[in-house]
Amino acid sequence: MFTYLVNRLIQSIGVLLVVALLSFVIFNYVGDPINNMVGQEATVEDREELRERLGLNDSVFVQFIRFIGNAMQGEFGISYQFQRSVSDLILERMPATLELVFISALFALVAGIGMGVYTGLRRDSWLSRFILTASLVGVSLPTFVIGILLIYIFSVTLDWLPSFGRGETTKVGSWDSGLLTLSGWTAIILPSITLGLFQLTIILRLVRAEMLEVLRTDFIKFARARGLSRRAVNFGHALKNTMVPVITIAGLQIGTLVAFSIITETVFQWPGMGLLFIQGVEFADVPIMGAYLLLAALVFVIINLIVDLMYAAVDPRLRVSAQRGKSTA
Amino acid sequence: MTDTRDKPLLDVRGMKVGLPTRRGHLPILNGVDLHVKAGEVLGVVGESGAGKSITGLAVIGLLEPPARIDGGDVWFDGRRIDSLSGDDLRKIRGAEIGVIFQDPLTSLNPLYTIGYQLVETIRTHLDMSAEDGEKRAVELLDEVGIPAAASRLRAYPHEFSGGMRQRVVIALALCANPRLIIADEPTTALDVSIQAQIIALLKRLCREHGTAVMLITHDMGVIAETADRVSVMYAGRVIEEGPVAEVVRNASHPYSRGLMGSIPVIGERIKRLPQIRGAMPRVGAVPKGCAFAPRCPLVRDLCRSERPAVMPGRATSAACWQYSPRWEEANPAEDVDA
Ligand SMILES: Nc1ncnc2c1ncn2[C@@H]1O[C@H](COP(=O)(O)OP(=O)(O)OP(=O)(O)O)[C@@H](O)[C@H]1O
Ligand SMILES: [Mg+2]
Repeated sequence: MFTYLVNRLIQSIGVLLVVALLSFVIFNYVGDPINNMVGQEATVEDREELRERLGLNDSVFVQFIRFIGNAMQGEFGISYQFQRSVSDLILERMPATLELVFISALFALVAGIGMGVYTGLRRDSWLSRFILTASLVGVSLPTFVIGILLIYIFSVTLDWLPSFGRGETTKVGSWDSGLLTLSGWTAIILPSITLGLFQLTIILRLVRAEMLEVLRTDFIKFARARGLSRRAVNFGHALKNTMVPVITIAGLQIGTLVAFSIITETVFQWPGMGLLFIQGVEFADVPIMGAYLLLAALVFVIINLIVDLMYAAVDPRLRVSAQRGKSTA
Repeated sequence: MTDTRDKPLLDVRGMKVGLPTRRGHLPILNGVDLHVKAGEVLGVVGESGAGKSITGLAVIGLLEPPARIDGGDVWFDGRRIDSLSGDDLRKIRGAEIGVIFQDPLTSLNPLYTIGYQLVETIRTHLDMSAEDGEKRAVELLDEVGIPAAASRLRAYPHEFSGGMRQRVVIALALCANPRLIIADEPTTALDVSIQAQIIALLKRLCREHGTAVMLITHDMGVIAETADRVSVMYAGRVIEEGPVAEVVRNASHPYSRGLMGSIPVIGERIKRLPQIRGAMPRVGAVPKGCAFAPRCPLVRDLCRSERPAVMPGRATSAACWQYSPRWEEANPAEDVDA
């Protein structure tokens, strides 16, 4: 188990290094950073001095090491646009995105697994058919269309829920939370449905397919033959066995929520990192773009690590094969 | 046939199972009659596809939809059980009728310890505290010959060998002291060297507990050693039934005689019977008269037109026209195959 984890950690660091390189390349070679920083009236000497001061005359390798060193200290430079430290900007925006992603993920998981189990067990009921048909619509509509549709129905027509912003937020330490006020909750409903709908559909279809598969297995037949109650068979035995693939896919999907949140945040003017990134792109604010990339990768890697840990928690066989993996690795 | 019955524990009468398909209704069982008396071992034999497993599943109400019971009835201990609601039948499964399936490698849920699965089953059927359930689980594992039973409760199925897993499966089937065990090819998936041990174990335990067994198998050797009586199945029916010694040595039905010719190779799966030309008709393609007629060396025109009922044969009962008074009047049939 330990070697397995170490392996996974090394892989994760590898992934992060590659993304860091990408981010570094963007930072240094998309446009001239000096041009981006100084005004039109700067002299050649000014520029040269700044170049020297920023270490842009050092070798690429030294610059990359320095970039990583800075990144590890959360130092991503100054935003051209806001003239403030990028890490401050991101830290300010992070709670909004993380809360949105968290609520969307929760929504996608709970509703997805629930409906997946239902449609798997009641294959022929009309509600199952309706859910499956509706879920097809869910995957085929692009996120921004869903967002706009929801806004049209629930904000414009019915006037039940706000169409933009986070509502009232409360400071908890340095975390700016929208989950402690009613207006915050009403504000997060539409964006999190918009963001989570696609993932919900995927999880629903996966859980259903896995349920159908597991219900055909011998150990389910044997569990029934042992006279276990329907509940014990369906939830104790069948559902648990669908969890390994569901955890994998759900983990990956939740990772992509972070990326997809860019669109949702734009549609709902949600003041998170995604919106910051879009604004960064509009202004060619390279430090923000680079930092965002790295952060998104970090979230991905962390989620994957958690997924790996959960596998082992669910499936005892993986604990063993992970130990065996030592000798082959 | 009825004369040999004194109040059977399990009585299956005219069981019909069919499968609705897009191309019409597919009959899988065409009226199976069999019974198991308390404490005895009934061997159920027949070629692959004869309907042995389906019969076992139909008895305990575990047919996989869309397959369903089309007719006939099942009596257990004087009580009709095929018409019971799902939950009432579930209470009989495991408690009164235990089941052992073919493949021990896939019968256990890989995600739970065997202790969990045992205690779960015990507590479903017996009113026991968790500790008592665990104690009983250890006793059961002990009884089926798992060494260091108490310490193996926390082990997962993958930590056991195939033979050991089948012992666990037997323990699971015995959890609530059922009166009947339906064992569907309990050793086919196992290593030949272990098969005899498992059969011996099953036989000993059932004798000790007075449990009756419906033993479905391909293995004539196992039948000869283990069973008290034998039912021979062919194309979705029982075509011969009688005491094991008679069926093995002096079968009445021409098919059974061919089948018994295959005894010598223990552990071998019968796919084709070398003694009988041709193959068993596929589901849905069973001929109108006797299903065995196309392969039968004795066939007469009567066999092709009418299906024989089970009637007293030599020392057993068999569904064969040769034991009917009408046999003498029947004409030898021309060979339609030739
Ligand atoms: N779900 C199904 N769909 C189609 N045919 C089926 C289905 N279930 C069973 N059958 C058919 O029913 C027949 C009887 O099957 P069954 O499994 O009872 O045979 P068996 O005697 O147990 O054979 P084996 O010795 O191979 O286990 C077979 O011909 C099989 O093809
Ligand atoms: Mg079978």
